[in-house]
Amino acid sequence: MKQTTHAKSKSAGASPLHALFTRELRIGHRIGGGASLGVVFFLILVTLTPFAVGPDLALLARIAPAMLWISGLLATLLGLDRLFQADHEDGSLDLLLTSAAPLELIVLTKCAAHWILTGLPLVIAAPFFGLMLALPANQLWSVTLSLLAGTPALTLIGAIGAALTVSLRRGGLLLAILILPLCVPVLIFGVAAAGAAPGAMIPFATPFLILCALTLMALAGAPIAAAAALRHMSE
Amino acid sequence: MRNYANPTNFLQLAGALIPLLAALTGALLCLGLSLAWFVAPPDYQQGETVRIMYLHVPAAWLSLFAYIVMTAAALGTLVWRHPLADAAQKAAAPLGAGFTFLCLATGSLWGKPMWGAWWVWDARLTSVLVLFLIYLGLIALWRTIEDPGKAARAAAIFTLVGAVNIPIIKFSVDWWNTLHQPASVFRLGGPAISGSMLWPLVVMASAFTLLFLTLHLMAIRNEILRRRLRRLSILAADAEESGITRAGSSMEAAYEQ
Repeated sequence: MKQTTHAKSKSAGASPLHALFTRELRIGHRIGGGASLGVVFFLILVTLTPFAVGPDLALLARIAPAMLWISGLLATLLGLDRLFQADHEDGSLDLLLTSAAPLELIVLTKCAAHWILTGLPLVIAAPFFGLMLALPANQLWSVTLSLLAGTPALTLIGAIGAALTVSLRRGGLLLAILILPLCVPVLIFGVAAAGAAPGAMIPFATPFLILCALTLMALAGAPIAAAAALRHMSE
Repeated sequence: MRNYANPTNFLQLAGALIPLLAALTGALLCLGLSLAWFVAPPDYQQGETVRIMYLHVPAAWLSLFAYIVMTAAALGTLVWRHPLADAAQKAAAPLGAGFTFLCLATGSLWGKPMWGAWWVWDARLTSVLVLFLIYLGLIALWRTIEDPGKAARAAAIFTLVGAVNIPIIKFSVDWWNTLHQPASVFRLGGPAISGSMLWPLVVMASAFTLLFLTLHLMAIRNEILRRRLRRLSILAADAEESGITRAGSSMEAAYEQ
C-alpha cells in the first residue's frame, strides 16, 4: 500500500499501479455491491451467534472478541477466490504478468484494494457489532484496533492461496483449506489483543505488537510467494 | 549423485534399494517392538501405557522429518524443475500425513487413561493438529490440479510457505496455551529418560525412519511409473483419435465416390 501511494506521488496518478488500484476499487464497487456485502455477511454471522449460544449477555460478552475475529476471518475469505481468478478468466492477468511493474507490487496493490473493500468495512463495523454482543465499552477499541492491525495479514495470506488456486474452476473451498491453518497465529494474537481489557491480566500491547509484526511479515513475504505462484500457475 | 537424478537410473537404484531397506526396516521393527514390549520397564507413574510412547514419539519425529524432506524436494522442483523432485514431493505428503495421524491417534489413546480425555487443547497437540491440516491441504492441492507439473510447482510454493509458517504457528500456539492453562499439568518433563527406555526408543525411531525411506522410495517409483503411464495413455489417445479421423475421412471419401 505504501509503495502504491509512493508510485502515485511520483508520477501523479499515471502509474500503472495507481491505475490498477482504482480499477480494482471500481470493479469491486460495481460487482456485488463491494463493501456492503462483506459487512452484511459479518452482521449475519454476529446475529447467528446468540442463536447458537443463547442470549445470555454475560456469555456473549465473554466470547464476543472471539466471535468478531472468527466472523472477520470468514468474511475476509469471501471475495478472495476471485482476487486473481477473474483476471485470469478475462485475460487481464496475462497483461499484468507482462507489465513493466513488478508482479509483487501488483499483488500488493490488488491486496490493498481487496482489503479496503472487505477488511476496512469490517473494522469500521466491528465496534457497533461489539455493542450488539454486549462487549464492554473499554474492549470495543481493543477489538477494533486488533482487527485493523490483523485483517491486512489475513488478506495477504489469502492472496497466496488465491494465486495457487487461480486456474481452478472451483478453488474457493481449497483456498479456505489451504490458508485457514496459516491464519492460526494471526487469530491467536488478534483474539488475545482483542480480549485484553485495561487492567486485565494480559496487557494489550504484547499481543498487539506481535500481531503488528505478523502483519508486517505477511506484507513482506506474501506478495513474493503469491507472485511466484501466479507466474508458475498461469504458464 | 547427478546420475541418479535421471528417472530411469533412479528406478534401477530404487529397485535394488527397496528390498534391502524393507528387510532392514522389518528387522528393526521386530527388534524395536519386542524391546518396547518385553524389555523396556513400565513407567513408575504411567505403568504399561508408557509403551505407546515407542510408537508415538517416532511418529512425531517422522511427521516433521517428512515435512523437511518435502521442503527439500520443493526447492528441487522450483530451482531445478526436476521431475524426480516433483515425485519426491508428492510421495512425501501422504506419508507425512500418515505419520502425523499416527502421532495424534497414539497420543489420543495414551491421553484417555492418563489425562482422562481423548483430546485436550494442549499446545503440542494443537500444533501437531495444525501440521496435519497443512498436510491435508497439500494433498488436496495435489489432487485438484490436473497437470502434474503445475501441481508440483503449486505444492512446492505452498510447502515453502508452510515451512516458514510452521515455526510461527508452533510459537503462537505455545504462547496461546501458556496463556490459557499452565503447561505444567501436561508436561512430561521430569527426570531425563533412562537408558532402559532410551534404547528401545532409538531403535524404534530408526525403524520408523527406515520405514519412511522405504515407503517414500516405493511411492516415488510409483509416481514415476504413473507419469509414464499417463504420458503413454495420452499418446495412445492421440494416435487413436487421429486414427478415427483418418478412418472417418476415408469413409467420407468412400461415400463421395
